[in-house]
Amino acid sequence: MSTTFETPVLAPPKASRSPWRWARENLFFSAWGTLATLSLALLLAWALPPLVKWALLDAVWSGATREACLTPEGTVGGGACWVFVKVRFGQLMYGFYPLEQRWRVDAAALILALGLATVLPLRAATQRAAALAGVVIGGLGAGWLGGPVLGVVVALFLAGPLLLARDLSPLRRLPAAARVLLAVGLSALAAGVGGVAFGTPKAFGWVALVLAAGLFGWRFDSLRAAGLYLLGLVFPVLAQALLSGGAYGLPFVPTEQWGGLFLTLTIALTGMAASLPLGILLALGRRSALPVLRLTCIGFIEFIRGVPMITVLFLASVMLPLFLPEGVGVDKLLRALIGVALFSAAYMAEVVRGGLQALDPGQREAAESLGLGRVQTMGLVILPQALRVVIPGIVNTFIGLLKDTSLVAVIGLLDLIGIIKTATSDPNWLGFAAEGYTFVGLVFWVLCFSMARYSLRLERTLRNGVA
Amino acid sequence: MKIRLAVASAAMSVALATGASSVAQAGVLDTVKQRGNVVCGVSGKVPGFSVPDAQGVWSGMDVDYCRAIAAAVFNDASKVTFRPVTTTERFTALQTGEIDVLARNTTWSFTRDANLGIEFVGANFYDGQGFMVSKQLGVKSAKELNGASICIQTGTTAEQNIADFFTANKLTFKQVVFESSDEAAKLYDTGRCDVYTTDTSGLAARRTTLSKPADHVILPEVISKEPLGPSVRAGDPQWANIAKWALFAQINAEELGVTQANVDEMRQSKNPDVRRLLGSDEALGNERWGLDRDWAYRIVKLVGNYGEVFERNVGTKTSLGLDRGINQLWTKGGLMYAPPVR
Repeated sequence: MSTTFETPVLAPPKASRSPWRWARENLFFSAWGTLATLSLALLLAWALPPLVKWALLDAVWSGATREACLTPEGTVGGGACWVFVKVRFGQLMYGFYPLEQRWRVDAAALILALGLATVLPLRAATQRAAALAGVVIGGLGAGWLGGPVLGVVVALFLAGPLLLARDLSPLRRLPAAARVLLAVGLSALAAGVGGVAFGTPKAFGWVALVLAAGLFGWRFDSLRAAGLYLLGLVFPVLAQALLSGGAYGLPFVPTEQWGGLFLTLTIALTGMAASLPLGILLALGRRSALPVLRLTCIGFIEFIRGVPMITVLFLASVMLPLFLPEGVGVDKLLRALIGVALFSAAYMAEVVRGGLQALDPGQREAAESLGLGRVQTMGLVILPQALRVVIPGIVNTFIGLLKDTSLVAVIGLLDLIGIIKTATSDPNWLGFAAEGYTFVGLVFWVLCFSMARYSLRLERTLRNGVA
Repeated sequence: MKIRLAVASAAMSVALATGASSVAQAGVLDTVKQRGNVVCGVSGKVPGFSVPDAQGVWSGMDVDYCRAIAAAVFNDASKVTFRPVTTTERFTALQTGEIDVLARNTTWSFTRDANLGIEFVGANFYDGQGFMVSKQLGVKSAKELNGASICIQTGTTAEQNIADFFTANKLTFKQVVFESSDEAAKLYDTGRCDVYTTDTSGLAARRTTLSKPADHVILPEVISKEPLGPSVRAGDPQWANIAKWALFAQINAEELGVTQANVDEMRQSKNPDVRRLLGSDEALGNERWGLDRDWAYRIVKLVGNYGEVFERNVGTKTSLGLDRGINQLWTKGGLMYAPPVR
């Protein structure tokens, strides 16, 4: 028997960090490198100063009227007129959503952010804080809106599913069955109080949600599952009620008043939320052994991928109303939302299919040999691995979707692009289109870039097996 | 300016095929009254015609026309929902009843009247394509533009009009096309081309955005007829009449000297034309007309007469600074003529 010695692992030698060395290694490493560096430097020296001069140095930041931006001779020109963006800022963010109602958009965004924080791979402490904040804010908000009864109902209702979470709940020592019973009991209590207080028809809805919560909790008892359940089933109903209004003393806001960044995000997020599950189903359907299912999925995917997005939107906005019977009007925004969701689902399906194909068949065989059923094999072994492989592809599709939403401007919806077009046509603000589009471009860049960065972080976390 | 896309004509032919079924059974007036507002399809992107300001309040010629209908029907000019529609979907929106009236600086033409199942009710602005050039060129007429390069927005009737005009006058030109009018105007400003062309109303608006507006001149030639007017769905004569006379009442009011300010005293006027317009005596329309005798009074009181609407939105005191030109009353040498109320 031989003895093995472990040599101590040494830290790599510290690289010398002198700027000169850095430059030689990164900028002037070869003749071609030097040439590229020099030409890029020249390009920047040529392009950057006028840009900085226009966007920052000569720019007008203060004031409230067009006159603030005009040159002494009374003409348009000189530096950028950020006053224009400032004056229109509210509209760029919320569209024509009534000024005194805009807090509803903010509230929906806050709820969504808290919900996402419990679902996305973040630190456990962050997730717990977000969940707790969600229950408290949800209860207080509902209480403020609809009286203490509604407040209690909502808080109980939110707390129910969260109690199921093994990783969060103070009751985690209890067996799962007891927690599920408790959570369903809480939600049922909420449903009962809510039903009595607000009339029976709504109670049915509550009860359905409670049952769904119970089922969810039974199978996946983690905070993420609870958050997913709340986000996927409860949030859409809640957001719709909050944003459209017409009940609980909230004035009705028709969707033609929605606009700006709010509308862009509504379309993009709905598209993302719908396209991922739909895309997974389509991808599985496409690999199914059942010919009818397979051919239907292939037909759908190839048809959608064969036409431009603008055609789908145009069909939804112009053709569809003609085929519907008289008086059956489907909301224009809803039509666009469905169009966008179906469109991105087809692309998502192909991304997911790529992940499924990349997976070694041995994985499935191993899962089956362990006695896992078809659903379990898919849900516990195949999909988690396949989706992890294609995160860059999924995020790529999401980013593309976010940018594609600007196409809804061609069907008369005033998203961020539509609203800036409107704003630049104001007779009092003609001639400031460059500022408007620069600002909108910046907003899109920030959104897309943060998504890309998050995706990178996600990949790293998942590779390390932390989340 | 109308944008012509192949898609649009495809949509129109489908619309035509199904047009018969989409004719409303209940009258539009009843639907509108029941709903409590008029849904008006507008552009939202044409300065002086329909644009919302930073507070979301709409203004413009087309907007005021819609307000006039609301004033006539509801005695409340604010009961209008403005729905931005694009050039491609505007007619479908009208045919399907998504909007009650289309006021989107749309050119009234034969094919649209004949083929689309919609009905134009008049022209609230007579426009036409014109040219803007730099004063340095020293050009006094469009006929001196031989060999000029022309900045133009693509996909519009403007391209066709230019080609027709230059061919007819045996001149050559070079066209430089852009996707948006913003872009075209900006590039004209930097000297990329000699001439910028679009409808004269647009030319005036764009001139204010140039770096030296005073250095540019709009040539006298107008090379196309663009009567911009509102339209309604065909098949409902009652609603078409209301849409038609909402405009005529404003023109008649200007002709008779009835303004927003003096409409109350004018009600007591001795002039029988004024009395008939403002419904001072008995109602002229019967129940098929659908509105009570004060309808025109409400329009003038709440929105104003045609001249006031014009001056407020596109007139010389606004940033667009348009002269009345051919939009002057017929009594003053223009084209604005309305049938009498009697």
